[in-house]
Amino acid sequence: MRSVGAIVAYGFREAVRRKVFAVVLLLTAAFLVLFWLANHFVFRELSSIQPPNDVHVDTRTFAGAFLIGLAMFATLFLGVVLAVFLTLGVVSGDAERGLLQPLVVRPVGRGTLLLSRFLGAALVTTVYVLAVWGIALAITDRTGHWLPASKVVPGLELAGGVMIVIALSLLGSVVLSSTANGIAVFMLFGAGLVAGLLGTIGHALNSHAIKHASTIAAWALPFEALYQDGLRVIAKDETGITGFLLQLGPFGGAYVHGWGIRVWAVAYLAIALAIALAAFRRRDL
Amino acid sequence: MPPALAVHGLAKRYGSVQALKGVDLEVGEGELVGLLGPNGAGKSTLVKIAVGLVRPSGGRAEVAGARAGSRVARARLGYLAELFRFPGWYSADEVLVLHQKLSGSTGGAAERKRLLELVALADAADRRVDGMSKGMQQRLGVAQALVGDPRLLLLDEPTSALDPVGRRTVRLLLERLRDQGVSVLLNSHLLSEIELVCDRVVILLAGEVVAAGSPAELSRPRGVELETDEGTRVIEGATREDAPRLVAEAVAAGRRVFGVNVLTSTLEETYLEAVGGESS
Repeated sequence: MRSVGAIVAYGFREAVRRKVFAVVLLLTAAFLVLFWLANHFVFRELSSIQPPNDVHVDTRTFAGAFLIGLAMFATLFLGVVLAVFLTLGVVSGDAERGLLQPLVVRPVGRGTLLLSRFLGAALVTTVYVLAVWGIALAITDRTGHWLPASKVVPGLELAGGVMIVIALSLLGSVVLSSTANGIAVFMLFGAGLVAGLLGTIGHALNSHAIKHASTIAAWALPFEALYQDGLRVIAKDETGITGFLLQLGPFGGAYVHGWGIRVWAVAYLAIALAIALAAFRRRDL
Repeated sequence: MPPALAVHGLAKRYGSVQALKGVDLEVGEGELVGLLGPNGAGKSTLVKIAVGLVRPSGGRAEVAGARAGSRVARARLGYLAELFRFPGWYSADEVLVLHQKLSGSTGGAAERKRLLELVALADAADRRVDGMSKGMQQRLGVAQALVGDPRLLLLDEPTSALDPVGRRTVRLLLERLRDQGVSVLLNSHLLSEIELVCDRVVILLAGEVVAAGSPAELSRPRGVELETDEGTRVIEGATREDAPRLVAEAVAAGRRVFGVNVLTSTLEETYLEAVGGESS
């Protein structure tokens, strides 16, 4: 445990020193200010939204769910940025700079070293994601007096999604250079988001092929599935026209959801870490 | 007791390049062995296999009887890489604290103080690494390698960035460690340094051992130099045993003898002969 703590602290100090936290906190502050402005103006002008008389839309719920969906997207994005910059150079980058070799030859071993770096990054990003999610909820509650039915599950799913990205980034750091790894992880993240939006389009158009492709992408990249499931959970109690309109939007929610994808996400995380460990143990430094 | 380092038939292939071709080598208890060879001879690969950074393609390497790379083996060695860096934001003392935690050392502040004194960095304990010269960082690297009182020390070019005073500090330190029973495998291009401190020298060329022995064993007789009133001449092929007879003959011939010098090849000459003039 002494060595695990030492490596976690080492990673933390490295991130502080490289101003990773400073950049992410700056971006977060900018996002939260913009998010507050969006909430302020949307809810102030809510009364001016006049749907036709025969269309029964709960405008407050619609606006609140839409804004919270936006907050979920931003929280996931910022969490992924933090996760990637904490882990993209853990193996190849540190080995190229000669930082890794003195640590690896110690009895602590490669497995403990990699898992400790995962643990440190997971701890930091989980605290970060839950904090940003909580602040976003508080902003919407204070300005619009609206909160989703479920508050905890979406936050945990966002944190889980970021943990999967950490595992993928660590795996990438074993086999790719830092730059290539950063590009690869962000491309995967982008591909996941596009696949999720495609799923929404596929359901709106009732296209079987697009829905099928989106389902495969959700299982292949479960961080996206967890995010989509979180979106589904925040609006799951909305029915009728309000629920229908929310489903059509970019924050419409998942079509692959429930415990199956959550269990798969945990298994996927474990598999990605196991492959990273096996590859790291075999790698010449 | 098994040797500190035992390497048998060690082979390593990187793609189409055979870096090591069945190397046999032993470092005994308290022995200081120098590893020489031109660039690409396989010296660093051998050291990296011994510390577990690289997996061998064939043969075996053991550290104090434990398979190289295993947790037990790693617990018994200290290592200074040729190209290493410590985080610039750590102080010298913090670097040693980190390595104490990773190696399970219970030496605490007393061990850190002793190690920093050993490498003449006692006054720089609180100085951050990025404020240190390359030579200071290299001496800190040596101190780091000594954390946890390792039985075997593997040093890859430990004096490459040091000035003459720093080299002397490390040389004296190596001699002191040997006296304490620590075994050392020293990989260096500095032949004079190897000649001064090493009990044995192993010369690698293209992944194979081409010469091995003590510096005295590796040096060859080059004749006897005789200085008389006729001038200085070298009697090639003559050995130390021939010197009294050569002096007696010169005196008998009416010559006045001012000096006699038994010539042997230096380690540098032996090295150049062994590697066939390969650049190093």
